[in-house]
Amino acid sequence: MSNAPKNSQLASAASSDVMIEIKQMNKWYGQFHVLKDINLTVHKGERIVVCGPSGSGKSTMIRCINALEEHQEGEVVVDGILLGKNLKNLDHIRTEVGMVFQNFNLFPHMTILENLTLGPVWVRKMNRADALENAMKYLERVRIPEQADKYPGQLSGGQQQRVAIARSLCMSPKIMLFDEPTSALDPEMIKEVLDVMVELADTGMTMIVVTHEMGFAKTIADQVIFMDEGEIVERNEPAAFFDKPQHERTKLFLSQIL
Amino acid sequence: MAIINANKTPDRPAPISETSVIGWLHKHLFSSVLNTFLTFVMLYIIYLTVSGVFTWGVLDATFVADNRRQCYDNSLTGACWAGVFQWFNNIFYGRYPRDEIWRINFGGLLLVLWMAPLWMSRVKGKVLVATTAVVFYPFLAGYLFSGGDKGWFTQIMVAGAITAFAFNMANMLTGLFRSQSLTKFLIEVLGQQNASDKTQRNILLLLTAIIFGAAFFWQMGQSLQPIVWTKWGGLFLTLVISGVGIASALPGGIILALGRRSELVIVRVLSIGFIEVFRSVPLITVLFMATTMFPLFMPEGFVLNKLVQVIIAVVLFNACYMAETVRAGLQAIPKGQYEGAHTIGLGYWGTMRLVIMPQALKYMIPNIVGSFIGLLKDTTLVSIIGLFDILGMLRSISKDTPWLGLHKEPLIFGAILFFIMCASMSKYSRHLEVKLSAGRTH
Repeated sequence: MSNAPKNSQLASAASSDVMIEIKQMNKWYGQFHVLKDINLTVHKGERIVVCGPSGSGKSTMIRCINALEEHQEGEVVVDGILLGKNLKNLDHIRTEVGMVFQNFNLFPHMTILENLTLGPVWVRKMNRADALENAMKYLERVRIPEQADKYPGQLSGGQQQRVAIARSLCMSPKIMLFDEPTSALDPEMIKEVLDVMVELADTGMTMIVVTHEMGFAKTIADQVIFMDEGEIVERNEPAAFFDKPQHERTKLFLSQIL
Repeated sequence: MAIINANKTPDRPAPISETSVIGWLHKHLFSSVLNTFLTFVMLYIIYLTVSGVFTWGVLDATFVADNRRQCYDNSLTGACWAGVFQWFNNIFYGRYPRDEIWRINFGGLLLVLWMAPLWMSRVKGKVLVATTAVVFYPFLAGYLFSGGDKGWFTQIMVAGAITAFAFNMANMLTGLFRSQSLTKFLIEVLGQQNASDKTQRNILLLLTAIIFGAAFFWQMGQSLQPIVWTKWGGLFLTLVISGVGIASALPGGIILALGRRSELVIVRVLSIGFIEVFRSVPLITVLFMATTMFPLFMPEGFVLNKLVQVIIAVVLFNACYMAETVRAGLQAIPKGQYEGAHTIGLGYWGTMRLVIMPQALKYMIPNIVGSFIGLLKDTTLVSIIGLFDILGMLRSISKDTPWLGLHKEPLIFGAILFFIMCASMSKYSRHLEVKLSAGRTH
């Protein structure tokens, strides 16, 4: 589905398979410098895992990609569209970028099916019957079709997170962002969510995942990024990243969590 | 090794103290000497009050009489309800011409019928029903109550209201008997299930246009005798003022609350200023301003009907209070809900309408109904600026020659009426809360 607005500012030198391009991005909360000179290029189908100690700016960085947070300096180009003040671009980017949160953020007043069809019906203008069929397809993919008519509050954390993933997929996004998707879950539920994510990765979806699940990173990541104090400290392929970390801070972090 | 008894021990029955009437009495009323003593004292006080009121209001009361003298002849110590009964029409309809009272009743009946589908679970399209009621009904009712010549705008709205009402009733019937929306039913009857969405929509639009046209031509031939607003009064007037107030305070409050939380500085400052000014002034001041000061600021010859001024004042005043209630509800919604809505591409209005408001309104129901009850009672203040609403009518009974000095009975009657109205609103709000939170644990 390539309905990018014709008059949007296309990234000048970006080749066609670059999905996300971040150049020299800086962000402050008041006086506090959260993100420092972030540069990142993500190609179509690439799976990137971001890790780092808490407060290192990993979540903030991916939240800048779909403009949930505003950056003050630098360029963010998503799917060929420059993120900026232009609200039309913003709406377009948000429909192309799915996001899964730590706390699921499902809508508690709607059934699971209503959660899943809200975006397709109201934003994509899909007709209701198609949207329902689509929603059931994704519910089956995350293996909880039997919960379709329940409310989010009646599901376990793991099930809610899988619904949240399905809700994003219903919008047929080009990129999926995961902001610590398993951090709020009980240990026995982490696997069911990770399994769904691994399956999603196998379909060739472009993914950026902020997580502490290093096993997951080893299995699916094309690249692992380590962030600390608002900077990208190290970026490498998983094998090299875990076996031969280059930077002192990376070594320290890995020694603490592995 | 653990021994597990496969046959579950049967549940023992609860002790008598938990289930029987005597057990309840013992536990709640006679558990100690002091408690027993207090129980008897309270029972005696209740007996004194209730028997006194009962003797005065029922046993010794006079229900049929032509004037207060006859009441006294009948009984000196009893209530004189006859005065209230003789003034019944005045209390309910004010000085509205007696031959035209059917118009008020008919208007009320229309409203009840119009709203009835909202309470029927099988009927579809409730949002549309409620929207058309808010948009069209006021004009239809307004014309029914005041009559006279219709301007072209009123004509269009009246025809629109008739069309909407007809569709609404037909939709209610298809919903009740076939659990189907009217549009689906019509499409099936016309055999167009397989036609494209566009064709179906065009057919429905054509049908609407035909009915609207018919309604328009029919109403052109109809005309009602004009009745000036000064003849409106009693409970009818109270309900008109508070009904318009209730119907517009909530939308107004939502807009002001959104304005107050807006990121646009001018909108926010204006909303805050507006809300704070109205909230810091008593309603009676706003009413006086609206009726006596406002015309002074207007150009010469600009006369706005006093009732309209009063209604505008009531609406603005209550919208500002409602805005604060709505704001409180909005603040109870976690930020994650906004973010969840944004990530599936919903814009500001979509997020508010589909995700935030439905949740926030649920939290607000007790406060909203509280404000509505307050509004209903506050409208009696208009009797001070010379409108004969229900309170004004009740008080004027004592000035009517046959009933000179009859104060107590009319006011008690008014109190009972208000209690019924307010208590049912409050009861309904509790019912709504339970209904809306069913099956949705957080």
